[in-house]
Amino acid sequence: MTVALEVTPAWYLVLAALIFSIGTFGLLIRRNPLVMFMCVELMLNAVTLTFVTFSRMLQDTNGQSIVVFVLVVAAAEVVVGLAIIVALLRKRPDATADDAALLEG
Amino acid sequence: MLDAVWLIPALPLAGFLLLLAFGRRLAEPGAGWLATVMCAGSFVATLVVFAGLLAENEANRRFVQILFAWVPVGSLRVDLGFLVDPLSITMALFVTGVGALIHLYAIGYMHGDPDFPRFFVYLNLFIFSMLMLVLGDNLLVTFLGWEGVGACSYFLVSFWFTDEANATAGKKAFITNRVGDWGFMLAIFLAFATVGTIDYVGLNAGLSSVAAVTATAIGLLLFLGAVGKSAQIPLYIWLPDAMAGPTPVSALIHAATMVTAGVFLMTRVNPILAAGYDWVPDVIAWVGVITAFVAATIAIAQNDIKKVLAYSTISQLGYMFLAVGVGAYVAAIFHMVMHAFFKALLFLGSGSVIHGMNGEQDMRRMGALRKLLPITSVTFIVGWLSIAGVPPFSGFWSKDEILLSAWGSGGAQGKALWAIGLVTALITAYYMSRQVFLVFYGDARWRDEPTPAAAGGELAEGTAQGVPDGAHHGAEPHESPWLMTLPLVVLAVLSAVGGVVNLPFTADTQFLQRWLEPVVGENELQLTVTTGTKWALAVVAVAAALVGILGAATVYLRRRVRAVEPAVLAHAYYYDESISRFVAGPGTAFFASVAWFDVHVIDGAVNGIAALVAWAARRLRRIQSGFVRSYALGVATGVVVVLAYIITRIDF
Repeated sequence: MTVALEVTPAWYLVLAALIFSIGTFGLLIRRNPLVMFMCVELMLNAVTLTFVTFSRMLQDTNGQSIVVFVLVVAAAEVVVGLAIIVALLRKRPDATADDAALLEG
Repeated sequence: MLDAVWLIPALPLAGFLLLLAFGRRLAEPGAGWLATVMCAGSFVATLVVFAGLLAENEANRRFVQILFAWVPVGSLRVDLGFLVDPLSITMALFVTGVGALIHLYAIGYMHGDPDFPRFFVYLNLFIFSMLMLVLGDNLLVTFLGWEGVGACSYFLVSFWFTDEANATAGKKAFITNRVGDWGFMLAIFLAFATVGTIDYVGLNAGLSSVAAVTATAIGLLLFLGAVGKSAQIPLYIWLPDAMAGPTPVSALIHAATMVTAGVFLMTRVNPILAAGYDWVPDVIAWVGVITAFVAATIAIAQNDIKKVLAYSTISQLGYMFLAVGVGAYVAAIFHMVMHAFFKALLFLGSGSVIHGMNGEQDMRRMGALRKLLPITSVTFIVGWLSIAGVPPFSGFWSKDEILLSAWGSGGAQGKALWAIGLVTALITAYYMSRQVFLVFYGDARWRDEPTPAAAGGELAEGTAQGVPDGAHHGAEPHESPWLMTLPLVVLAVLSAVGGVVNLPFTADTQFLQRWLEPVVGENELQLTVTTGTKWALAVVAVAAALVGILGAATVYLRRRVRAVEPAVLAHAYYYDESISRFVAGPGTAFFASVAWFDVHVIDGAVNGIAALVAWAARRLRRIQSGFVRSYALGVATGVVVVLAYIITRIDF
């Protein structure tokens, strides 16, 4: 007997929700700026996955095209964000995200 | 030829700008001559336009020249334009004509003044403003001129501003005028809000669509403006003080031209007055006649030679408002022009006397100047006979026309107005004769040593700084140079024969009446008085004038009767003092309470809000910690809350 394990869109949505939650908690509890940054990427990709899923579900290509936008924005964000983080870590190799509060005027 | 109208105000404006730039270099007397030439040029331009207007037939005597759109805002479109019609050209003719004569006179009078060029800068600016006032084709251009002449009046009254009294007099003139200007401004706003246009042609056409109450409001607000500018009760107090200015200024601005602007305005907007309630003209007539009477009584007891003429001006302006009020617009303009001649003459004559007396202005220290100042005295006597209403001098014709119109306006009110006007005419003859007898006849009191009682000397010294301090009482009074006597002679001739422009015998001799017909025709009072009544009224008026003159002769020449000059009149019914007293007492208390309210309530509210914001900001800035993770937590919490809200409230 084989259990017909059909992969429904719900699976993708649950997976996306899981990845988003991991990203969120990671962002909130980790202090290493690089790791926090990766968590943000996780959240972004979870959202992208949701978009693709719904796009297939509803037979609507708009979702797909939004994904491209998200990728572009994410790439731009990485460029800026990484540059800041690298600059911060060069100055203070053991810096945490909380140390950025020192930039407060 | 009508196209040349822009030249009329342009020439004095050019004079003003040139003098502003090069006045110091031109110095004396070049600056004076430049200003005079510009003013005379303006007079010639006016003559050209006048000739052009005469060439048109009567129905077409209205010409509008638009120079450019001045204020194009939405539905409000105000052009800088000139309205050429018989009324504006009549005004422009005597403004530039009398103005040019007074410019000429001022070259002589201001001789030796260190600020000689500055004086002519203001004079030309004044002529320019006055011409904008009379030629403007809408209320706003008129208002521009209106404010311009007010500013020039201020500059010139306080011309010798190093003396504080003069500076104060200038401020008084300016501030009192603001009360009237406020009415004028509101009238413009109201006219635009209700009629939708403020140019005179459009206003007259649009009046049929507005309610009588609106027209009444506009008319009364404009009248308030006129009351301020033309020194009527209750805003007349600035004019006597304005005599602190140099005498040519008193003649030009505070007698001949600027103060008549109110009468001009009322005549210009006569359709508005006609569209309002019936009692609007009555208000104007009563204000006019009461002002005429009150000012004339005050003039009886003044000792300063210029103060007498100042109150006399207020009184004569009252006559003009009386004429406007009974609908005799032609008579008002007629008297305005005649008054410009004889009052300018009297003021310039008094200036000549002051000049000859080395700055003395107190009539009690004059006397017997007839032989020493022959030209001045002869011309002054012509002016005196004219203002007193002795035929055939000009003042008789115009004043008689006003009294006749008052009588003819009908009813008991018309008779009452006529009676008060007649008594005023008698008083006018009396106080003017008193002045002539005190100054030119009697004993040569200037030979006496000054007495401590002659307190008027203080004012004289303050007012006559322009006249070089010579030996005050040693030198003989002397006749003025030809620059000053020439305008006197011209004005004396005009005062003597000026009446020919509107002789009341037949319709053919009433040139002014027919000339102004297109402007005031519809609303002009139609006289139904018989010829016999006219003659009777004229005889009564002449008799009143003669009684006044003989009365003054008995008191001041023959000295049969002691002079009656009660203190209440010398102090102008304590009107000024009452105002000062009121402002110093309750007024100051009121303003102090307003100031308290401002500091504690208004400022308190403002400062309170600022303090509240500062307090809140101090609390709120704690949130902005700079910790990235606390921001992230905030964002996450926010997302959860928003999502929870959406999920619970919206059903799918």
